[in-house]
Amino acid sequence: MAEFWTNFAWPTVTITAQILVIVVPLLVAVAFLTLAERKVIAAIQMRKGPNVVGPFGLLQPFADGLKLLVKETIVPSGANAAVFVAAPMLTFALSLIAWAVIPFDAGLVLADINVGILYLFAISSLGVYGIIMAGWASNSKYAFLGALRSAAQMVSYEVSMGFVIITVLLCVGSLNLSDIVRAQETVWFAIPLFPMFIIFFVSTLAETNRSPFDLAEGESEIVAGYFVEYSSMAFALFFLGEYANMILMSAMTSILFLGGWLPPIAVAPFTWIPGPIWFVAKISLCLFVFLWVRATVPRYRYDQLMRLGWKVFLPFSLLWVVLTAGVLVATGWAPR
Amino acid sequence: MDSGLLREYLPILIFLALAIGLAGLMILASVIAARQRPDSEKLAAYECGFDAFDDARRKFDVRFYLVAILFIIFDLEVAFLFPWAASLSQIGLFGFWSMIVFLAVLTVGFVYEWKKGALEWE
Repeated sequence: MAEFWTNFAWPTVTITAQILVIVVPLLVAVAFLTLAERKVIAAIQMRKGPNVVGPFGLLQPFADGLKLLVKETIVPSGANAAVFVAAPMLTFALSLIAWAVIPFDAGLVLADINVGILYLFAISSLGVYGIIMAGWASNSKYAFLGALRSAAQMVSYEVSMGFVIITVLLCVGSLNLSDIVRAQETVWFAIPLFPMFIIFFVSTLAETNRSPFDLAEGESEIVAGYFVEYSSMAFALFFLGEYANMILMSAMTSILFLGGWLPPIAVAPFTWIPGPIWFVAKISLCLFVFLWVRATVPRYRYDQLMRLGWKVFLPFSLLWVVLTAGVLVATGWAPR
Repeated sequence: MDSGLLREYLPILIFLALAIGLAGLMILASVIAARQRPDSEKLAAYECGFDAFDDARRKFDVRFYLVAILFIIFDLEVAFLFPWAASLSQIGLFGFWSMIVFLAVLTVGFVYEWKKGALEWE
């Protein structure tokens, strides 16, 4: 009995506490990201944005959340109820569990698994199931079309994302996320692999269905796409999941290309600032670019989207994988 | 059971259980907190005001299948590349060239698809 307690029950309690330390700030960050989005876009369009609820509109996300909570949960009569309810839960849960392997500082990670990047890649691939399930279970034409588009788009860009990750792995020689960050102590991968950095960032825009690749939602033609039939908390879960995914993709960009928790230069004033603050600052920078792009760039057409994914990004990133591997082998720089 | 593996992946399992629990709790809270008054019009699928013409689960463009098939091919390729990339320094020139040959074969297929117009959307 004592063995059960020390080997199983007690670790479970501490792990649960650690998970809450990750999840609660994450959900608060998601809430304020929705506000930041409205504020940034408002500033770009020379408006004020939400400024009524609380000082500077800071309580707006909580008012929105409360409003969604007290709305009626509608399950359409033609829908497949179980799948319909499971879809937003899956999307939300997937966007949270990916954070289990994200290193916030040297050694500061919940599950330091060997195959961290593979886990992240797998979890972000599973995201497409939430969308397909929602689109199919809704039994609505708009939801169906939105889900089809979204699924095709997400898998298209996942391929080039995979090649970009391979390129980074070639320079690291490990699948562990902490090792990937440590390999960038001399130079961030954004500099030697700059074209891959751009491809990765654009692919994350497509992967999270953000503008200019938000055809899955396309509010002016298919009225919000796959979640047109959702209301109340089921809708809120999709919304939270989508924004948590944006933060996750920004964290991935920071880890793969911007040196994770590392300061830009390892000299005095920069090294005083603790690692997690650098990490959060880099994530915030990426998120700002997400919002900036949304306010600036018009939506792509579907054939343009597919052309960019399959005919530009895929051949180019494939070529770059071969090139990087060739250079590493020829010069003997391949990491051991 | 291997305790090392369990120790590494237990946090993820607990995380998954907590995340699903949290999601379920949120939906349940809303169902309890909000007044539910469904009627047949409210529960109808949305279609610009009129009743739906036919079933929503209908035929769709074959190109979505093509994209899915292409995706499977290239995603498998990426899956092969993961261990290769992680161990490039240990597998030597033979390992390097065998993967290059594999990629070349796939590229031939990709060029064929391109020329056949499988990647065209208009």
